[in-house]
Amino acid sequence: MKVSLKVNGKPTTVDAPSDMPLLWVLRDVLDLKGTKYGCGVGQCGACTVHYKGEAVRSCQLPVSTLQGAEITTIEGLSNDGSHPVQKAWDEIDVPQCGYCQAGQIMSAAALLKKNPSPSDADITTAMNGNLCRCATYLRIREAIHKAAATSAATPAAPAASSSRPRQAGTPRN
Amino acid sequence: MTINARVDRRQFLRVSSMVGGGLLLGTMLDATGAAQLFAAEATPGSAGEFTPNAWIRLSPDGSVTIVAQNPEVGQGIKTMLPMLIAEELDVDWNDVKVVQGDLDTVKFQAQLAGGSTATPNHYLPMRRVGAAARSMLVGAAAATWGVPATECETSSATVVHKSSGRKLRYIELLDKAATIPAPDLAKVELKDPKSFRIVGTKVRGVDNHSIVTGKPLYGIDITLPGMLYAVYEKCPVFGGSVKSANLDVIKREPGVRHAFVVEGVGTDPTGLLGGVAIVADSWWLARSARKKLKVEWNEGPRATLSSADIAATAAMLAKQPPQRSLRKDGDVDAALKSAAKVVNAEYYYPYISHANLEPQNATARFADGKMEIWAPTQLPAPARGLVSKALGIDESNITIHLTRGGGGFGRRLMNDFVVEAARIAKETGTPVKLLWTREDDMHHDFYRAASFHNFTGAVDASGKLVAWKNHFVSFGDAEKFAAPATGNAPPPFGAGAGIGGGEFPARFVANFQLDASVMQQHVPTGYLRAPGSNGIAYATQSFIDELAEAAGKDPLQFRLDLLADPAETPQGSLVASRMRGVLELVRDKSGWASRDKLPKGTGMGVAFHFSHRGYFAEVVQATVSKAGKLKVDKVWVAGDIGSQIINPSNAENQVQGSVLDGISEALAQEITIERGRVVQNNFDGFPLIRMAQAAPVEVHFLVSEYPTTGLGEPALPPAVPALCSAIHAATGKRIRSLPLSKHDLSWA
Repeated sequence: MKVSLKVNGKPTTVDAPSDMPLLWVLRDVLDLKGTKYGCGVGQCGACTVHYKGEAVRSCQLPVSTLQGAEITTIEGLSNDGSHPVQKAWDEIDVPQCGYCQAGQIMSAAALLKKNPSPSDADITTAMNGNLCRCATYLRIREAIHKAAATSAATPAAPAASSSRPRQAGTPRN
Repeated sequence: MTINARVDRRQFLRVSSMVGGGLLLGTMLDATGAAQLFAAEATPGSAGEFTPNAWIRLSPDGSVTIVAQNPEVGQGIKTMLPMLIAEELDVDWNDVKVVQGDLDTVKFQAQLAGGSTATPNHYLPMRRVGAAARSMLVGAAAATWGVPATECETSSATVVHKSSGRKLRYIELLDKAATIPAPDLAKVELKDPKSFRIVGTKVRGVDNHSIVTGKPLYGIDITLPGMLYAVYEKCPVFGGSVKSANLDVIKREPGVRHAFVVEGVGTDPTGLLGGVAIVADSWWLARSARKKLKVEWNEGPRATLSSADIAATAAMLAKQPPQRSLRKDGDVDAALKSAAKVVNAEYYYPYISHANLEPQNATARFADGKMEIWAPTQLPAPARGLVSKALGIDESNITIHLTRGGGGFGRRLMNDFVVEAARIAKETGTPVKLLWTREDDMHHDFYRAASFHNFTGAVDASGKLVAWKNHFVSFGDAEKFAAPATGNAPPPFGAGAGIGGGEFPARFVANFQLDASVMQQHVPTGYLRAPGSNGIAYATQSFIDELAEAAGKDPLQFRLDLLADPAETPQGSLVASRMRGVLELVRDKSGWASRDKLPKGTGMGVAFHFSHRGYFAEVVQATVSKAGKLKVDKVWVAGDIGSQIINPSNAENQVQGSVLDGISEALAQEITIERGRVVQNNFDGFPLIRMAQAAPVEVHFLVSEYPTTGLGEPALPPAVPALCSAIHAATGKRIRSLPLSKHDLSWA
């Protein structure tokens, strides 16, 4: 089916099977490889993107539900790595293998948009759905605090949408 | 993180060339660096460039391109090896551009990621590579000025004539340097580490920017013109094969271009196993078609295998006389009779999966008799050999490009996914990306072997350990194992399923006996981060804790006493003073002495382990509520990996990750087998540690005068027993089997 959506601000129409998850539309139709496949069942968060101001798992969003949707991926967070979260990730030297980090960064950026100065508990709640197999969690936490401190010096981001589709969160396991 | 200079002057430099337990990877260099191995030809550069060897290219614009030769899977080697070259080349790190090398067994030695071997293998050779280029640039400047090279020094890509103050930048010397004969690498002068400007500083990962902006880097990101996408279904029962499949139905599914049965090459799971390939216009379509796939399998003799059977067989073997003796010192039985206290305990740990976050994948293109492969493999040279053998293509016609790997942990030492992709691409004649599903990955791993330790130990009236006996039960070639040992052949354990006779506390207790028996291996096992050690340390250190309790001793002091210098220290084996050093450091940093002031329900545990040439001692503080809610409060780590922490930023990251990885394994990870197949499918059944469980990990290094060694693995093993010991301190409960989720414990 043909679906028109906006990805990273750019209007695009894709022709894809109706059940194809957004993850595979991004990766294999639009050639945006930053969003990663880890589990396919919403357990790992490697495929996290922004939709309606929320961090969502793109492996759980069939393209048929996305007519007119506006999606932001890691490639659209900033085009040059200048987003405070991306900068903090580089400066704190968070990545080991790095595979999960795009998803981590998207979850962190969504958190900071809603909560510019999160507590440790806020960070745990917001980030608990993102697995890091290398377990770089301590630096992820540190980088979020750093990004929050950096952002505090810049004008406040606009308030997030109140609509909450398929919110990312902590799967029970 | 702190880096602590060691003050113990009794130490002396010595070469540790043996891998401390686990995987021995056919490594090539002695720790002094074998320079003759670097006779490789340089790649010709463009006009005006200086390419002194296979690793370095200096361009007239001042950029310095350095080839990172080893596979990067998260251990930080793509940053670290170029740091060593850049240091001795004496250029500014900001000018360095790192590129990933392809597999090239002529140019490069030991091009692999495994066994924490890259640092000991390459620390000196990579420095020599940089120093050799530097000496050619110095030679060029000296010739220009008509002065002896010995009167010149370098700094920031500039040669300086000391007495006259004349300077020439490297970019002014490129043409002339190319005419200077390359020096003998064995004799090239190296910097005094005290003058290092790059090595020993915190250098961020060279791929960080690409990672945080989502650039394609990994195997899964490879795209080729005209590429199709493949899935591959293998028998869920280990060793099964395809009888028939409804290929006609599959071929009619949307987007499917090819569907065929692949005949396996033998039954070795590290090679090409048979299965059904579905190749489609997109991976989603291939995967969707697979949902309609109906395969009739020949499930073979393992179709009834179960974890319960394995446990029952292990229990039976434990009661029988051991099949083999791996070491016997003194007289354990006599010592047990005269001991003050005897302790018996059985320990068990399960199969676990590597669970790389990037599922196994590879991309291949076969055209005109040549195979080109892009793969996140830890062992690229054996990958080429495997493809050559399985598909009948000469190695000279196989190219392997190394991609960044989304985690290695030893899984990608096996190249099954590489040969599958190559086999499928050979059949289709189009470029193909094979990508496993998460479920494929969990069902077709080379698991950390489950093992059973049956201990008896004893202390005398003074609380000294006087006897230690372990009947270790694991997996291997049962028939060969039960037959008498021949020659010097290692015992036929399964991959990663063995134990060495020298395993601690061998040499440290007068009466020591290590015996082993095996069950026939049916479940494929392999090498998982700190292979062998990741389970052995848990069992051994936990039992030491039990003996310390029997002795009425502080478990940390009991260990220090146990680590008194033994009569002999064979090369490559645990050096007692180094382990005492990290134990004392972690004792002091953790506040061990005042642990009795911790609130009720909170306890500290300690453990140490020597593996992969590294010495690590760790203290875990944990709290267990009355309801059994476990919280790891904090972990303190002290490590000794020799004289140089090459990249302190990555070093801390590796240690923190290793410790949390160990805790992750301990909490709830278990692969179980029913009807010959793996029960767990995805991360819901095989949980990884999450942010909520990630305790702070405080890292301290003790810098010693020993050669600098690797860090991908040795910090992991002590984390597991230290945690279990902390739970005991908090609750009085011994954890004699893993995972912890089976012990009425839960966590946030």
